[in-house]
Amino acid sequence: MKKFLLSAFAVAAFTLSGALNAQAVTLHVHNESDPASLDPHKVSGDWENRIVGDMFEGLLTEDVDAKPVPGQAKSWEISDDGLTYTFHLRDGIKWSDGAPVTADDFVFAFRRIMDPATASSYAYLQYPIKNAEPINSGEVKDLTQLGVEAVDETTLKITLESPTPYFLGALTHYTAYPVPKHVVEDKGADWIKIENIVTNGPYKAIEWVPGSHVKTEKNPEYYDFDNLKIDNVVFYVLEDASAALKRYRAGEFDILTEFPSDQYQWLQENHPGEARVAPFAGLYYYVMNSSKPPLDDARIRQALSMAINREVIGPQILGTGEPAAYSWVPPGMNNYVDTPYNAEWADLDYSAKVEKAKELIAEAGYGPDKPLEIQLRYNTNENHKRIAVAISAMWKVLGVNITLFNAETKVHYAELKKGQLEIARAGWLADYNDPVNLLQLLRSDIGDNYGRWKSEEFDALLAEAKTTQDLKARAELLYKAEKVAIDDSAAAPIYYYLSRNVVSPKISGFNSNTFDIHRTRWMSKSE
Amino acid sequence: MIFSTEKRKALAAAFEKGDAVAGRSLTADAWRRLLRNRAAFVSLWVLGALILLALFGPFILPYDHETPDWAAFRAPPSIESGHYFGTDQNGRDVLARTLFGTRISLLVAVIATAVSVIIGVLYGATAGYIGGRLDAVMMRFVDIMYALPYILFVILLMVIFGRNVILLFIGIGAVEWLTMARIVRGQTLSLREREFIEAARAAGQTTARIITRHITPNLIGPVIIYATLTVPEIIITESFLSYLGFGVQEPLTSLGTLISEGADVMEVMPWLLFFPALFLVLFLLSLSFIGDGLRDAFDPKDR
Amino acid sequence: MLGFAIRRLLSTIPVLFIALTICFFILRLAPGGPFDEERSLPENVLANLQAHYHLDKPLIEQYFRYIGSVVRGDLGPSFTTEDFTVAELIALGLPYTLILGGSAFILAILFGVASGIISGLYQNRSADYVTSATVMTGLIIPSFLMAPILQLVFGVQLEWLPVGGWGDGSIAYLTLPVIVLSLTHIARISRLMRGSLIETMSANYIRTARSKGIGEKLVVLRHAIKPALLPVLSYLGPAAGYLLTGSLVVETIFGLPGIGRYFINAALSRDYGMVLGTVIFYMVVIVILNLLVDLAYAYLDPKVRVR
Repeated sequence: MKKFLLSAFAVAAFTLSGALNAQAVTLHVHNESDPASLDPHKVSGDWENRIVGDMFEGLLTEDVDAKPVPGQAKSWEISDDGLTYTFHLRDGIKWSDGAPVTADDFVFAFRRIMDPATASSYAYLQYPIKNAEPINSGEVKDLTQLGVEAVDETTLKITLESPTPYFLGALTHYTAYPVPKHVVEDKGADWIKIENIVTNGPYKAIEWVPGSHVKTEKNPEYYDFDNLKIDNVVFYVLEDASAALKRYRAGEFDILTEFPSDQYQWLQENHPGEARVAPFAGLYYYVMNSSKPPLDDARIRQALSMAINREVIGPQILGTGEPAAYSWVPPGMNNYVDTPYNAEWADLDYSAKVEKAKELIAEAGYGPDKPLEIQLRYNTNENHKRIAVAISAMWKVLGVNITLFNAETKVHYAELKKGQLEIARAGWLADYNDPVNLLQLLRSDIGDNYGRWKSEEFDALLAEAKTTQDLKARAELLYKAEKVAIDDSAAAPIYYYLSRNVVSPKISGFNSNTFDIHRTRWMSKSE
Repeated sequence: MIFSTEKRKALAAAFEKGDAVAGRSLTADAWRRLLRNRAAFVSLWVLGALILLALFGPFILPYDHETPDWAAFRAPPSIESGHYFGTDQNGRDVLARTLFGTRISLLVAVIATAVSVIIGVLYGATAGYIGGRLDAVMMRFVDIMYALPYILFVILLMVIFGRNVILLFIGIGAVEWLTMARIVRGQTLSLREREFIEAARAAGQTTARIITRHITPNLIGPVIIYATLTVPEIIITESFLSYLGFGVQEPLTSLGTLISEGADVMEVMPWLLFFPALFLVLFLLSLSFIGDGLRDAFDPKDR
Repeated sequence: MLGFAIRRLLSTIPVLFIALTICFFILRLAPGGPFDEERSLPENVLANLQAHYHLDKPLIEQYFRYIGSVVRGDLGPSFTTEDFTVAELIALGLPYTLILGGSAFILAILFGVASGIISGLYQNRSADYVTSATVMTGLIIPSFLMAPILQLVFGVQLEWLPVGGWGDGSIAYLTLPVIVLSLTHIARISRLMRGSLIETMSANYIRTARSKGIGEKLVVLRHAIKPALLPVLSYLGPAAGYLLTGSLVVETIFGLPGIGRYFINAALSRDYGMVLGTVIFYMVVIVILNLLVDLAYAYLDPKVRVR
């Protein structure tokens, strides 16, 4: 007990003494939740990515617009069959403790994330790598079978299962970051503790008080150290967005990663240009359970989807103007056709849509005398609630009675996975810039297909696209698949996500981009 | 969470000793004294008006609490549009929602109080009447139960069973029964020695029957007073849970939910906060004055 | 006295144990698990995670495993803050919670007793009405409303105080959270003090003291305050408990680290070990505080002898 108390006060004294350093340029970032870990193999959220992505760097990294650029690798070659990638590491790159970063560190990292014992929840993003999936699922015990090998100290060869056009982009992801082999082997799971942590990116964590903040400091061993304009970053944990905005207004935060929708107009009037709302590669949608009546009837699904007045949701209900979604793939994705497939009825007048929806409901045998009774689930959140309330009012006009049910995120998704739903709110933010990432949500063999919608044609098109090397032909196949899904109203897309940040005019180098990734490396702060 | 601690404590102390109001019910005498207390008198009218509004108001309003008015989103209060309290971000009438929320808050308070009264009376009466070792054990149990962080258990209950109104009632009620049990025990201890109980015992009535038929009816006075003081407590607890996101399911609402939503937009849409907060304040103030008045009316020392 | 304290502590152990057991099973009955995320995990990954935390074992085995480790003083790992164990997290949050709760506790006693004495001495006069009305706002305005109002006025508009955060832990950062946390208790203590002072002042021995011609000030200071404090004292045990659990709203709005916030986040994210760890922490602290209050009571009131 005594020891326990002593260590408690030692920790407090340590954190309290992390006082003001007058000269240093410190960036104060509102980061919503506490990170689960600083270990890149154990994180899964964008709030963790903000911290971890500042501390580690993969073979490729993101530039100021979140486009892939050379990171730890200075160059690479891709074989003609698209299966073998050979990377050449930069000269003289070092870990923050001075040890060199070698190809071996990468091999070690990829094996570690695929090792079932690591229990990494996001390992599947690197499944394009040869043998990754069988190793991660424990079918293959020998980790050396993984398609990653060190040719020499500075040369790394990665072999893939099948050609993957987005693979270079996937390498910027935190699942592809190296970890310091010499420290992990020495300290085990404790390597990530503040006193042990060693990084290869521009920053390094120096303080972490769960429930309060994580503080990082620039890493003198980083190859681009001389160009870092920000000395320290403090990532604050604060779930309450209105409290965060108050702290921003008082100058305590430089960047907000979310703001209350209701304050958008106020922000535009009182802090013009500081609220940054920009297209974000993601879709907000409602899944409909196609495995059970009444929603197994495509006519009812289409009727419900048509009766959603998407044009009022972004501008009126949310107030931030999220664009109405009629397609499954958000516009502007790489490796795809110019415009995604919109539902045929997308351009009809809203009143015409409602009329058509009423006809469809009547055709399916329901109507005012025999109303549909449906439960709509959403996870507890102010915006989800507003949208659910508005949409259930829109459906009421069709003679559909909706019961609302909200539960916290864990319960919501647990029930969805079990198929315990009629209609439910869901959303997806793209992990990498490729339409497959969104389309695969409707594959019949995947857990995230909560509506259990099943189409053999759709599955076959996706399978064919996977082995197609020609990017144009592949895009055509994916487009056909999207048409199949939208025509059958597999689910109801509602709006395309927008990223919502508030950035102080003191900060430059914060460019809005479709992945909402903003590395501190590119930013600077004027006083 | 205790709202009127000072009153509750004073009462609890007096009642536990069993000397304060033993056996007396709401007599005409006490009632007269209550009405002579001006604050309590006005509060009774305010409370009555609030209850009537909450129960019947929604029927005479032009708007209901769940249908959006697509023409008026985030509209400030206005006489012409008929949205006298304005509308919320979903275009719903704030007056209708406030009245509806008051209704739910009242319902939570009444049912939760009833739950606490039922458990507390049965538990306290049993311990007090049977006495001896059983009493000692039962009361020690109550002492220990006081040391548990209840609000955490209520949160866990809401986490487990979802946002279920019934559970909310029961959960909060189950938290509030402890003091009630203490008071009832004190009263029962003194009642036990009275002639009519002895008569019933001599007539061969069973223990259960004596407790339910003879002891319980004589506890009504103190129980009612204490229950009046419990209601505000429960309303505050409910609003606390609503803030944490464990409130009732949409489109239902409660004063606590409305206030916690309104608090986020107090600068841009003050009407979303002002009206529900006004109702809550009136409600709590009038209950508090009535509680004060009741205590004074029954307090032998104040005469 | 020591024997009494030890007996009291020992007798609470079975109750703590039962409460812990109920919490354990209730948590597992709850729908949703720690790994149900917005994106579902592939089955093999889920299996890896479950095996890692022994969640694949039968529930009863997990229970005994857990109780066993608690008895050894190990509260297990946290699922949501993987880099820390539950004990480390509680140790981290403890100083913050104690500083916040302790300051609010002291403030509540000081202001509560002082305003209660003013109200009591000037019963039903304007000083009483003004004090009582001011103090009552603390009871009627819920803390989740009071906090943003104060932040807006003193932080954003007047810029006198920081809006939130722990900062360097100085008084400036602590002022608003401590005020919000203590307001309700100032009100409760004040009302208690007022009532008991009025009652004491009408007691016979005070009349005797007055009749001896001792000045009014001395009467109050020497004879009335100490006995009038007794009901306040008996409220302090529960008050400390409410302060501890009530801090979760304050911690959430002001973005402070602390155990209340850990609890609520753990409950929402099904971090089983963390929920149970915080529950144990709260129960132990509340039991100890109640014991201290009982001992203080026995010390102040000669009529009460510890059994």
